[in-house]
Amino acid sequence: MASSIHFLDVKGKPLLSRDYKGDIPSTMLDRFPLLLLENEEANMMQPFIHHQGVNFVYISHKNLYLLAMTKKNDNVMQIVIFLQKVIEVLTEYVKQLEEESIRDNFVVIYELLDEMMDFGCPQVTDSKILKEYITLDYYSLEKHKMLAPPAAVTNSVSWRQEGIFYKKNEAFLDVIESINMLVNSTGQVLHSEILGRVKIKSNLSGMPDLRLGLNDKGIFNEAGSSNAKGIELEDIKFHQCVRLSKFETDRIITFIPPDGEFDLMSYRLTMPLKPLIHVECKFKIHSNSRIEILARVRAQIKRKSTANNVEIMIPIPEDADTPKFKSDGGKIKWKPEESVLVWKFKSFQGGKEYVMKTELGLPSVNDEDVSAGEIFKKKPIKVNFLIPYFTTSGIQVKYLRINEPKLQYQSYPWVRYITENGPDYTIRMK
Amino acid sequence: MSSALEARLRKLFKAPRKGESFELRTGLVSQYAYERKDAIQRVIAAMTVGKDVSALFPDVLKNIATHDIEQKKLVYLYLMNYAKTNPELCILAVNTFVQDTEDPNPLVRALAIRTMGCIRVDKMVDYMDIPLKRTLKDDNPYVRKTGAICVAKLFDLNPEMCVEQGFLQALQDLVADPNPMVVANAVSALAEIQESDPSTQCFQITSKVLKKLLLALNECTEWGRVTILSALSEYESVDQAEAHHIIERVVPQLQHVNTAVVLAGIKTVISHIEKLSSTEYEMYLKKLSSPLVALMSTSPEAQYVGIRNIRVILEKYPQLLSRELRVFYVKYSDPLYLKLEKLEIMVRLANDKNAPLLLSELKEYAMEVDADLVKRAVSAIAQVAIKLPDHAMKAVELLNFLVNQRGDYVVAEAVKVFRDLLRRYKTTEYVDAIVPVVSANWESLDDAEATAAYIWILGEYPQKFTRLDRHLQKLAEGFLEETSVVQLATLNAIVKTNLRAPTANSGNYLQSILNCATSDVENADVRDKAYLYWRLLSSDSGLAAKVLLNTELPPIPSTIALFTPALLAELVSELGTLASVYHKPSYTFTSLIAKAKILRADNIEEIERLAKREIVANAKSENLLDFGDDEEIAAPVASSLDELSDVFGSSSQAPLANSDILGLFGSSGVDSGMNSQAADI
Repeated sequence: MASSIHFLDVKGKPLLSRDYKGDIPSTMLDRFPLLLLENEEANMMQPFIHHQGVNFVYISHKNLYLLAMTKKNDNVMQIVIFLQKVIEVLTEYVKQLEEESIRDNFVVIYELLDEMMDFGCPQVTDSKILKEYITLDYYSLEKHKMLAPPAAVTNSVSWRQEGIFYKKNEAFLDVIESINMLVNSTGQVLHSEILGRVKIKSNLSGMPDLRLGLNDKGIFNEAGSSNAKGIELEDIKFHQCVRLSKFETDRIITFIPPDGEFDLMSYRLTMPLKPLIHVECKFKIHSNSRIEILARVRAQIKRKSTANNVEIMIPIPEDADTPKFKSDGGKIKWKPEESVLVWKFKSFQGGKEYVMKTELGLPSVNDEDVSAGEIFKKKPIKVNFLIPYFTTSGIQVKYLRINEPKLQYQSYPWVRYITENGPDYTIRMK
Repeated sequence: MSSALEARLRKLFKAPRKGESFELRTGLVSQYAYERKDAIQRVIAAMTVGKDVSALFPDVLKNIATHDIEQKKLVYLYLMNYAKTNPELCILAVNTFVQDTEDPNPLVRALAIRTMGCIRVDKMVDYMDIPLKRTLKDDNPYVRKTGAICVAKLFDLNPEMCVEQGFLQALQDLVADPNPMVVANAVSALAEIQESDPSTQCFQITSKVLKKLLLALNECTEWGRVTILSALSEYESVDQAEAHHIIERVVPQLQHVNTAVVLAGIKTVISHIEKLSSTEYEMYLKKLSSPLVALMSTSPEAQYVGIRNIRVILEKYPQLLSRELRVFYVKYSDPLYLKLEKLEIMVRLANDKNAPLLLSELKEYAMEVDADLVKRAVSAIAQVAIKLPDHAMKAVELLNFLVNQRGDYVVAEAVKVFRDLLRRYKTTEYVDAIVPVVSANWESLDDAEATAAYIWILGEYPQKFTRLDRHLQKLAEGFLEETSVVQLATLNAIVKTNLRAPTANSGNYLQSILNCATSDVENADVRDKAYLYWRLLSSDSGLAAKVLLNTELPPIPSTIALFTPALLAELVSELGTLASVYHKPSYTFTSLIAKAKILRADNIEEIERLAKREIVANAKSENLLDFGDDEEIAAPVASSLDELSDVFGSSSQAPLANSDILGLFGSSGVDSGMNSQAADI
């Protein structure tokens, strides 16, 4: 249980604080910038500092630090995740959480901090529910809502209000798979994983009970049809609305969804994959004059499929200039501020292959420090892409049953599949 | 007249009056509600940026009776912040508070009781008991859950009254509340009270309570689940059936999206798993793998907490995660502290199957630009080599490759680990692979430990060094400028070289070093050692040779640092907490306040003494050299020795009985070797 929560600017100067327990003197907070600096100098930067009996747990968000202080041996995972939740919720309220928006919205931030944590215990952190009774603009809030906290705050279904109504009842289901991949310069895949998530946008009235069927092996075998070709999902994580014990015993995914958009579940799969978008890159440095970069990209997906918005980011030396491009497809841009070449394709058909050649000038004076000029080789090539109508793992939604026992309406589930790059789809240069 | 002009005029007239504070005060007592509200907002804004607006206390207080809930919240916020500066005036607010706890709007009732608990003024406590009792029996669960936490606040302010008025009992009753959120908060409050004063024994899990907790677990919010799971992990199950029952109910939580729930679930399973039958044990242990891996797909900060916990869990259950090496591969975008910690896990997961993959991955890291990562990768390669004999030669080749490719600090790091490798693998094959590399690169060493390592290798294998005289000459010439670590190593090496492979001039060098060490060096250890050698050599060189050369050093089985059993047990029981991140038991860094509270009834001297001890302990912990308290029992001392050797970058944490003591002496091969020889003499 944290003693206090503080918002600080990039130098560690406090912007807004909420002290829950009053057991840590405010002078401790004044030490934080110094401790931060010490930490930085020691080159360690762990987000946990112990100083004279007080523990500083902090995360950074853009140009802010969000800090929790505690004297006890607390559940630190809870504190870290809570701080992230605070950022998530506040971002929902003020769009961009930064110095200025904190100053401008201090009233609502205090209110939220009061509602989200009491005496160091996290309480309500669901922005959908919080919005029901805490808002930036009280005049817009209907009077009757101010008379009581929403029942959902303390209900066992704490994520959905009663009395929601839609004329047309629809549920949109997106299965999105992000591919993380690490490929070395010879094209060998060192690590590949699929991070999948099922997103739902629910426009459903009342308190609907949903049941989702997937072709997951575990789920399917239990259902009896053992000959079906299923896949085995690992690390399945569910939104809090899913009945976990039901899943554990019967392998059935049932839930009452929150209203609007939410991530129903996520999963991970580590299976050997071929790179979907494969890049080969060679470079030649002509000492003191220029560098030649040769790259070849291939979409190793079905011919019928198309990858959209393919972007290949190739690192180049920082001091390179005057680029000359040649390619048989796509557009190449030089981004000197990031020291990369970006090779872009609006759409990229499966099975196609393109080549490009770029020449950049290098300063004729050789840098004394060789390693500085070589840094670019250590940076990996990054690839962004998006492939619609396709999941890499082969996961499929078998059914989405919607049942609202009282209203008994007709409803329409829609399903979409997307494969895209994950945050770590990288190919090593050398 | 335009409004802008009017405003300007008004400013003109007001400016010479008493400034902002005056303006605020006028606003606070204005006859118009909107002006008052605006003024309150500006007061809070000033408070937020750190201005002292406590002088406005009476004026702000006048605005407490309002039906505008937003304004009420702001006034309450102000009260909480400045109550201490005006404790007397706070009492004026009591009436409003008590009234508000009877408001028809549950939001207002909850707000009032929540705020009352936060006004940390002794007098306020006297007025709290009646409203709080009412609150705990409120119809609305939102009010009850706020009341539950308020009991913990009251206990913090005045434990005697809290007990006398029966609030602890009331709180225990709330554990049976039909609403899961109320249950969760009651459990939180009880756990908090129990922690701050264990003698209350207010939170005892009985089979009835257990049933309630397990029931509420599936119903309550994510944070409630964390609370309940933590409570369950503290509970000692009575028999196998009960342990099984608890685990069965907890396992579904491992699939929760909130990582804090997952980790708390893992902790609970681990705390009960030992009671299970062996087949069940295996089954549930396997179920922990995938949630542990899932800890790695979160933000860097949460990943760091996760991975520090994984290190503890892996040491207890090494068979877990043996196939999950890839999850711990370093990502380019990871912060450094996470990268280094990932390497710790990778070397621990090394086995014969994944070794080739692991070594090629480590090679990539060793070719990176970040010096800290590169150094750690080099030592990781050696750790793998020492752990897995079948892959040791490959690793040595890799190290030689890196030395040739990278130079500078990589060489220094490699020489350090070469010393460890030679203590593990003594066959000529290894000696021939390693020593020439050291011999070729010794001149670029500038770090003391690396130099000491090179000198140790020189002393052990002088025959393998080309132009041995030049090496010895350099040692003799530079002897005085070196650090004592290097000087000690030099003494060893020169004596051994003279016995093993005397050259034409080696006797002279020996003489000059011994002279130098006994007459010019200030360090007592170095001088004593020099004298010892001198006497030994001058009395009987045959005996000296026997003593110094025939004593074989024990091979080191592993250079991967382990926790001492006592520390490990402590850390396993503190999973998920700060202790698990620092890898130190909680008593080494939490303040003694909790202990002081128990003694509150005792005399003040005692508290003063505790405070002094706390200061001393804190001073120690700043240096990381935390020995705990002087009177601590043996186990914690051992564990802090363990930390000590961590600090010194221990490379030989062999699980020998005396390894901790060796660790204390700097823990390098040279020195520990020296000590065991000294013991022999």
